Amino acid sequence: MGQYITFPDLLIWLPMLGGVLCFLIGSQRTAKDIAFLFSLIILGVSLSSLCYTDPVKHLTLNNVNYIWLKYIGANYYIGIDSLGRLLTLLTAISFPLILLGTRQSTVEKASSYYGLMMLTQAGLMGVFMALDALTFYFFWELALIPVYFLASRWGGERRIPATFKFFVYTFGGSLLMLIGILYVYMHTGPRSFEDGTIAFHSFSLASFHHATLSATEQTWLFGLFFLAFAIKMPIFPFHTWQPDAYDQSPTPVTMVMSALMVKMGLFGVFRWLLPVFPDAAIQWKQVAIALSVIGIVYGSWLAMKQDNLKKLIAYSSIAHIGLMSAALFSMKELAVQGVLVQMFNHGINIIGMWLVVDIIERKTGVKKMSELGGLANVAPKLTIMLVVIALANIALPLTNGFVGEFMLLAGLYQYHPIWAAIAGLGVIFSAVYTLKMIQLVFLGTAQERTHEAGDVNLAEWASMALILAMIFVFGVHPQPLIDLSGEAVKTLLTTTR
Amino acid sequence: MTSLLQYIFLIPLLPLIGFLMNGLGRKIWSKPVSGIIGSATVLGAFLISLALFLQSPAEASERIQYAHLFQVKSLSVGITFQIDALTRLFLLIITGVGFLIHLYSTAYMKEEESHDFAKYFAYLNLFVFSMLILVLGGNLLLLFVGWEGVGLCSYLLIGFWFKNKNYTQAANKAFIMNRIGDLGFLLAMFWLIAKLGTLEYNQIFTEAALAKLSAFDITCITLLMFVGATGKSAQIPLFTWLPDAMAGPTPVSALIHAATMVTAGIYLIARSNALFTLAPHTLSVITWIGLATAFLAATIATRQNDIKKVLAYSTVSQLGFMFLAIGTGNYVAAVFHVMTHAFFKALMFLGSGSVIHAMGGEQDIRNMGGLHKHMKITGITFLIGCLAISGIPGLSGFFSKDEILASAFNYHPVVYALALGTALMTAFYMFRLYFVTFTGKFRGTHDQEHHLHESPISMTLPLMILAVLSVIGGFVGIPEALGGHHELAHYLGSVIPASHGHLSHETEYLLMGLSTGLVLVSIAFAWVRFKNYQSTPTPKGLPIILENKWYIDELYEMLIVRPIQWVAGFMQRIVEEKIIDGLVNGVGKSVQYGARQLRWLQSGQVGAYVLLMVIGMIALFFIQLFLK
Repeated sequence: MGQYITFPDLLIWLPMLGGVLCFLIGSQRTAKDIAFLFSLIILGVSLSSLCYTDPVKHLTLNNVNYIWLKYIGANYYIGIDSLGRLLTLLTAISFPLILLGTRQSTVEKASSYYGLMMLTQAGLMGVFMALDALTFYFFWELALIPVYFLASRWGGERRIPATFKFFVYTFGGSLLMLIGILYVYMHTGPRSFEDGTIAFHSFSLASFHHATLSATEQTWLFGLFFLAFAIKMPIFPFHTWQPDAYDQSPTPVTMVMSALMVKMGLFGVFRWLLPVFPDAAIQWKQVAIALSVIGIVYGSWLAMKQDNLKKLIAYSSIAHIGLMSAALFSMKELAVQGVLVQMFNHGINIIGMWLVVDIIERKTGVKKMSELGGLANVAPKLTIMLVVIALANIALPLTNGFVGEFMLLAGLYQYHPIWAAIAGLGVIFSAVYTLKMIQLVFLGTAQERTHEAGDVNLAEWASMALILAMIFVFGVHPQPLIDLSGEAVKTLLTTTR
Repeated sequence: MTSLLQYIFLIPLLPLIGFLMNGLGRKIWSKPVSGIIGSATVLGAFLISLALFLQSPAEASERIQYAHLFQVKSLSVGITFQIDALTRLFLLIITGVGFLIHLYSTAYMKEEESHDFAKYFAYLNLFVFSMLILVLGGNLLLLFVGWEGVGLCSYLLIGFWFKNKNYTQAANKAFIMNRIGDLGFLLAMFWLIAKLGTLEYNQIFTEAALAKLSAFDITCITLLMFVGATGKSAQIPLFTWLPDAMAGPTPVSALIHAATMVTAGIYLIARSNALFTLAPHTLSVITWIGLATAFLAATIATRQNDIKKVLAYSTVSQLGFMFLAIGTGNYVAAVFHVMTHAFFKALMFLGSGSVIHAMGGEQDIRNMGGLHKHMKITGITFLIGCLAISGIPGLSGFFSKDEILASAFNYHPVVYALALGTALMTAFYMFRLYFVTFTGKFRGTHDQEHHLHESPISMTLPLMILAVLSVIGGFVGIPEALGGHHELAHYLGSVIPASHGHLSHETEYLLMGLSTGLVLVSIAFAWVRFKNYQSTPTPKGLPIILENKWYIDELYEMLIVRPIQWVAGFMQRIVEEKIIDGLVNGVGKSVQYGARQLRWLQSGQVGAYVLLMVIGMIALFFIQLFLK
C-alpha cells in the first residue's frame, strides 16, 4: 500500500494542489491559467487510468486505503472501480471544458474563485471514489461547501436567497444522511486492523453491505438516504432549490452543479442506497419511480412555461434526471446501463447548453427568450452548436443522447409498461420546449439587441467543438461507455439480488 | 452480385459525404459546385442502386452486419443492412426521384445566397442519407434512426426560410406531431424487446418468434407501430402538419412531403407485414383510418386555393389510400401506389414549383389562369400528372388505384363506395386545379404576366422524365384481368406474401369500367365549372367549413394545446410557487421562528446554564428511573 503514486491520490491531490496554488497567486490571469492547466493534467491522469482497469493486476494502482480513525473503524479508503471510473472521467473532462468555454468572462477575486472551483473538483472526485462511509461523507460536504461560497459570492442579483435555499436544502439532506450513516455504522460488524487493533464497528462499504438491520430499520434508513440523494438530484418534489440556484449562480458554477453535482445524487443511489438497503429498495422503489416519473412530466411542463432561458434548462434538467432516476430504481439491466451512459452524456450536453446560454447572455445582456430572436442571422456558428446540443438533449438518434435514453426507457418498460409510457411523454414534451427555445432565440428576424452580438470566439469555439465531437462520437459509437461501466451494472444487480 | 454487395455501404455514404462537404464547406463552394456535389452524390447512389436492382434476382435477400450500435447482456443492436426486394425497390425510388429533385433544385434555389444554397443541399443530402438508412436498416432501431433523421431534415427544410415566423411554426408543428407518433413506435419497440429481446428483422419476423407473442401482444405492438405511421405518414389524427409543411421550398415538398418521407409509414408496415397479418383488429383500424383520412383530405382539397395546399391535401388523401390497401391486406398494392404516387406527385409538385417560379412566388391559383400558353412543358407534364392521379386507364395511377379499389370492394361494399367517392373527388379537385391554373384567362398583375416564362431545362427535364414515368410506371403491375402478370407482386413475393381473395375477372372489369366512367364524368364536371374560371362567389355553408379544413386545427388548439398550456400554467403558479415552494418556505420560517424562541437558552449567563443543567440532570434521572 502506498508504494506507488496511485490514481485516486492524483485525482484528489492534484485539484487540491491546484486550488491552493490559485489561492496563493493573486493575479487574475495566472489563477485562471493555473486552474486550466491543472484541469488538463487531471484529465490526462484520468484518461491514462483508463489503461489500467484490470481489477486484480492494477489493484494497488486504483486503490488507496489508509488507516484514518483506527478506534472507530474508519479508514481513508478510496478507489476507482467501474462506476467511479466513469464519473471521475466525466468530472475530469468537464472541468477543462468549463474553464475553457468560460475563459472570456472576467471575475473579481479570481484567485479565490478558481481556488474554490478546484476544491470542488477534489470533493467531487472524492465522492465518486470513496469506499468508506465516513470518507464518502467527508467528500460529499467538501464538494458542497465551495460551491456554496462560489454561488453566494459571485452569483447574480438574487443570489443570497437562492444560495441560502440551496445550502439549507442540500445541507439538511446531508445531515439526514449522516444520521443514517451513523445508525448503520452502529450495526456493522467489527473491523480488524493489521496491527491487531479491533474496532467494534466499521465504516467500510463492504461492512455496510452486511450490516444487520431489521426490515423496519432498513425502511426508515432508506428514507433518510433517499431524501439526501433525492434533494441532490433533485427529484420531484424536492427540486425547488434548483431553478433559482441555476439561475443565480455564475455559469461555470451552474455547469458544475448541473453536470456533476446532480450526478452525486444518482451515484449515491447507485453505490449506497440500493446495495446497502436492498430489501427496503424493493419495497420502496415503486414510490421512488413514481416521484421520478412525475418529475419528468412536471419538469417538462414547467419548462414549457419558462421565459428565462436558464430556468428552462433547469426544469428540463429535472425532467432528464427524473428519467434517469426512474430507470435506476427499476433495477433492470438495460435501464441501469442506460442510466450510466446517460449520466455521462447528460453531463457533456448540459455543459454545452449552459455554454451557449452564457455566450448569449454575455453578448446581449438578456436571458429572457421574449427579448431575444433572430440570433441565427448574426451568429451562425453559435446556432449550429445550439441546434446540435438541443437535438442531443431531445435524444435524436446518432447523437449521444439517444442510445442511453432508448436503453433506459426500454428497461423501464420491462419494469412496467405504464411507467415507460408516461416517462415517454418526455420524448414529446422535450421537443416542444426545445424547439420553442430554438425558435424564439435563434430564428426570426434579428432584434435590435441581438443585432450587435457577434459570433463565438476561439476558446468558446474550441470548447464547443469538443462537445460536438463527443456528441457525435458517442452517438454513433456508444459502446466504449457501455464497456467502461458494464461492470458497475453487474455489481449493482448482484449486490441487490 | 457478391462484388456489388461490398459497395452497398456507398449508397448511404455518398449522400452523407455530400452533406458533410456542403455543410462544412458552405462558405467555400460557389453555387454550381454545391449543386454538383449535392446532385452527383445522389446520382452515384442511384447508379449503384440501379446496378444492384438489375443484378439481383427477385428473391435475393442479404444481410450485412458492419458493426454493433450497442451491445449489452439483454440486448444487442447491430448496424446491419438488409437488402431484399422491398429495399431495392425503395432504394430506386428514393435515389431516382431524389436525384431528379436535386437537379431541379439547382435552378429553383438559384436566387438564394451561396451559403444558404449550400446549406439547402446539405440538408437535402442529409435527408436522402437518412431515408436510405431507413430502408436499408436490418432492424427496427436502425429504421428508427433513419425515421428520426428524415423527421429532422423535414423540420430543418420546412423552416429553411427561418426569418418567417409562420414557417418556423410549421416546422415545429411537423416535428412535434411526428414525435407523438414516434412515442408509439418507441413503445412498440420496447414491447418487442421485452418479449423477444431483439429488434433484428430476421429474428422477429420468423414463425418461431411470432409464436412467442400472444394475440394481445401482436395487436398492441402493431397498433403502436401504426401510431408511429400516422405521425410520419400524416394520417388522422396526426395529419395536420403536412399541409403546413408546404412552407418549405417546393422541391422539398416534392421529395420529402410527397414522394419519400411520408411513405415511411407504409414501408414500416410493409416491412412488418408478418406481424400485421396476424393482427386483424389492427388491420380494421388501419382500413378505417386510411379511408377516413383519404375522404376527409379529399373534401378539403376541393376548396383550397393555394396550389401547394391542394397538392398537400391530395398527398394526405393518397396516403390514406395506401393505408386502406394495407388494411385490406393488400400490402403490394400499397407499395405499388407508393411508387406510382412518387412519380406523379413529385411531378405535380415540381410542376407547381415551376409555376410558382414563373409567377414570382405567387401561390394562389385565383391569380393565375391561362398559363398553358406561356409554359407548355410545365402545362403538359402537369396534365399528365393529373391524368395519372385521376386513374385514367393506361397511366400509372390507374393500375395502382384500381388494385386498391378492388381490394376495398373485396373487403366491404361500404369501404369500396367511400373509396370510389374519394377517387372521384380526386379527379375533380386535380382538374379544378389544372383548369384554374392553366386554362382560361390570366388573372394576375401585368408585371406577373410580363414575367411569365417557361423554366430552364434543369427544371423541365425532371418534369419530362417524371411525366414519362407517370405514364409507364404502372406497367409493372398490370393485373391478370388485363392480360398482365403483375411483375411487382412477383418481385416482392419473397418479402410480402401474395394477398388472397381474388375477384373474378368479370367483377374486375365492372369495377374498372365503373370507376373510369365516373372519373371521366367528374373531370367533365370540373371542365364545365372551371374552364373559364373568373372568381369564386363568396362561399357559404359547407364550403366555408371545407375552406377552413373542417376547423381541425382550431379543434386541436382548443382540446389539446390550450388545456396543456393551462395545466402548465397552473403547475407553475399554484403547484410550484404556492404549494411546494410554500411548504418549503414554511418549514424555513418555522425553523426561524423556533430558533427565535430558543434563543433565550443561550443567553450567555452562567447562572441560567447551571439551572438548565440541573433541570436536565433531574429529567434524565427520572427517565432512567421509570424506564427501567
